[in-house]
Amino acid sequence: MEACNCIEPQWPADELLMKYQYISDFFIALAYFSIPLELIYFVKKSAVFPYRWVLVQFGAFIVLCGATHLINLWTFSMHSRTVAIVMTTAKVLTAVVSCATALMLVHIIPDLLSVKTRELFLKNKAAELDREMGLIRTQEETGRHVRMLTHEIRSTLDRHTILKTTLVELGRTLALEECALWMPTRTGLELQLSYTLRQQNPVGYTVPIHLPVINQVFSSNRALKISPNSPVARMRPLAGKHMPGEVVAVRVPLLHLSNFQINDWPELSTKRYALMVLMLPSDSARQWHVHELELVEVVADQVAVALSHAAILEESMRARDLLMEQNIALDLARREAETAIRARNDFLAVMNHEMRTPMHAIIALSSLLQETELTPEQRLMVETILKSSHLLATLINDVLDLSRLEDGSLQLEIATFNLHSVFREVHNLIKPVASVKKLSVSLNLAADLPVQAVGDEKRLMQIVLNVVGNAVKFSKEGSISITAFVAKSESLRDFRAPEFFPVQSDNHFYLRVQVKDSGSGINPQDIPKLFTKFAQTQSLATRNSGGSGLGLAICKRFVNLMEGHIWIESEGPGKGCTAIFIVKLGFAERSNESKLPFVTKVQANHVQTNFPGLKVLVMDDNGVSRSVTKGLLGHLGCDVTTVSSIDEFLHVISQEHKVVFMDVCMPGIDGYELAVRIHEKFTKRHERPVLVALTGNIDKMTKENCMRVGMDGVILKPVSVDKMRSVLSELLEHRVLFEAM
Amino acid sequence: MDAVTQWQKQWFDYTQSLRREGFLDDQFAQLKKLQDESSPDFVVEVVSLFFQDSEKLLNNMGRALEQNVVNFKQVDAYVHQFKGSSAWIGALRLKNVCINFRNSCEAQNLEGCLRCLQQVQQESSALKSKLEYLFRLEQQIVAAGGSIPIME
Repeated sequence: MEACNCIEPQWPADELLMKYQYISDFFIALAYFSIPLELIYFVKKSAVFPYRWVLVQFGAFIVLCGATHLINLWTFSMHSRTVAIVMTTAKVLTAVVSCATALMLVHIIPDLLSVKTRELFLKNKAAELDREMGLIRTQEETGRHVRMLTHEIRSTLDRHTILKTTLVELGRTLALEECALWMPTRTGLELQLSYTLRQQNPVGYTVPIHLPVINQVFSSNRALKISPNSPVARMRPLAGKHMPGEVVAVRVPLLHLSNFQINDWPELSTKRYALMVLMLPSDSARQWHVHELELVEVVADQVAVALSHAAILEESMRARDLLMEQNIALDLARREAETAIRARNDFLAVMNHEMRTPMHAIIALSSLLQETELTPEQRLMVETILKSSHLLATLINDVLDLSRLEDGSLQLEIATFNLHSVFREVHNLIKPVASVKKLSVSLNLAADLPVQAVGDEKRLMQIVLNVVGNAVKFSKEGSISITAFVAKSESLRDFRAPEFFPVQSDNHFYLRVQVKDSGSGINPQDIPKLFTKFAQTQSLATRNSGGSGLGLAICKRFVNLMEGHIWIESEGPGKGCTAIFIVKLGFAERSNESKLPFVTKVQANHVQTNFPGLKVLVMDDNGVSRSVTKGLLGHLGCDVTTVSSIDEFLHVISQEHKVVFMDVCMPGIDGYELAVRIHEKFTKRHERPVLVALTGNIDKMTKENCMRVGMDGVILKPVSVDKMRSVLSELLEHRVLFEAM
Repeated sequence: MDAVTQWQKQWFDYTQSLRREGFLDDQFAQLKKLQDESSPDFVVEVVSLFFQDSEKLLNNMGRALEQNVVNFKQVDAYVHQFKGSSAWIGALRLKNVCINFRNSCEAQNLEGCLRCLQQVQQESSALKSKLEYLFRLEQQIVAAGGSIPIME
């Protein structure tokens, strides 16, 4: 039967109630059927629903309830037994399911409730993680700031930029109100405000370094909070700000670059520190966080490192600049020295010849003049001329010698000579002069002093003569004693010559000569100056004696060349002085070369005047030169052949020719080459003629070249008769001649 | 004072003046020394030889300097020869001019060379005339029976 709206008006009143029941049941059934549908629909839509089984149960329960109510509809009117049975079945089922559901719900509802708690828990967790993330982010940012700060600080090597940048960056990163750096002053007793963030030019505030707060900060490597009222934090007048922000201070180690008096505080290390003060903005209620303090500490360390780098760099740049300057100066000095040496060498090269030629002429002619008929006054005049020119010649030779000595180009002429006669000759030379001054000269030669020695006789005589001459010059009365002996090893190591370490050997001995005079003596302070060129000790005695002051300087150099040492001892003015020198000489071999005891340079008088029949060959391409040389040699009695070319020369040369003069400045003809060929042709020494080079220029190079090709001598042209005579004489006697002129 | 002594005095004064003016130097005296019985005309011979050589050399030098491309080395070689010869006979001034000449050659300074050449020619002819006079004087003295004084 269907319910319809058209209900019969004459129903009984309780039928109204029945009708309402009927309708409600219907709607309940409807609802009961639609609820599972809705559930299914929405659950299907949702992705997560863990209790499907419960849903089924619940659905069943609802459906059955609905069914029950639905079946109830039929029970309002008379119904059959089937309906009753269905009804009963439905109710029974419903009862079962509902009980089951009720039981199930006991389990489920707590679960559902706990979901809620879990949700809450998760939310809290999420909030916490968020916070932590925030923190990490902050830290990371801090780290980035530190890196950036470090980068900024380390990107420059200029001290001021480093410090300024530090303050600026710190100020920015930490949003500081003020940031300041206090540096220790030179004395180290105060800290001076050097850099600030806000103020452009900090006026020189200083605080004494002994303050407890400062000590506290310096003794720890952490950033410490300090009171805003401490002197380092009170930098500018706080105009009516109530709550100054928190202040933190940290030490910044500085590199030792200046002297630092540590007498005042022995308890601290010698390290110097600067103080960095950071102030948070006032009235901000901000606090210093741990990570910010860490940041500050790290920055302080970095600044220290950067500063030390900057300091090192500054130092090395300065050193490099200095070195460059010195280099330039040295280079300049070297070039100047070279120029000077070149100029001097050029000068010497010219003066060498130009000076000696006129001197030679003067001396030669004056000596010739001496031999002519002269009136006494004329003789006196000539003698004076001769003496002065000898002096001048000696001076010229001395100066030239000295420059050659300094040049290093002077070489000793080693030969065997009579040592005893050297001393005897000096004695003879000096005796007349000494007797005029009424000085007695005594000569003591030790018994073990060898008679013959090998060395440079001329230079040794020069040294002895100079020393003895000085002794005579500076003594007005008394005696001079000359002692010569062989120095033994103990006496060699004189404390006055500490850098002299002579080595004994079998071939050499050390000659020690002491010249003691009783003259005016020398001030011990002046002794070192004696051996310097051109320096003279100022005293009346020396004023009259003349001399250029070169003597001792030259002696010293000769002595040094002979691997010896020379010095002067004096106890003071008026106490006389002793000149001592030691030189190394060789032992002479007892060979056939031993000459007669009295052969000295004085023997130059015994020169052969004529060379009858001596066969001489002259090679020169200059006609005039040839004729004059021929005439010269002819005048001396020689049998002269002249040639003008190499071919002619080689054609004519034979064993009969004893001497060959060849011009080595012939253009186009290599005289040196010729000399070599002659050597090849005549291999035995006694067969070969004596080769002498004629040249217009006598310098070291020419001499060396001549020696190199085996020439026996070099002569400067033009040659005088006497010169030629002595040259031939010496050549024939010694087979060697290397006199310059 | 007779003629010989007068001439001798003249000769002496003349040689002195030559020395003073630098035309001759010590080397000339050396040459004189070489004159003896075996070679009585030694000096005259050498001097004539010198002037012969020098004329040739001067001509060569002049030609060399007139070339378009001057061979300074060649000119230098000539001057070197000339200098050597001048030194041997004691011609001081000539020798000095040669030294300058050589410097100009080394510096390859054409103008300097030409100037020096001119100087050399002048000095050369001056010396020649002076020496000719001297020799004539000597001949006169010898012809008159006197002897030539020894040159200092």
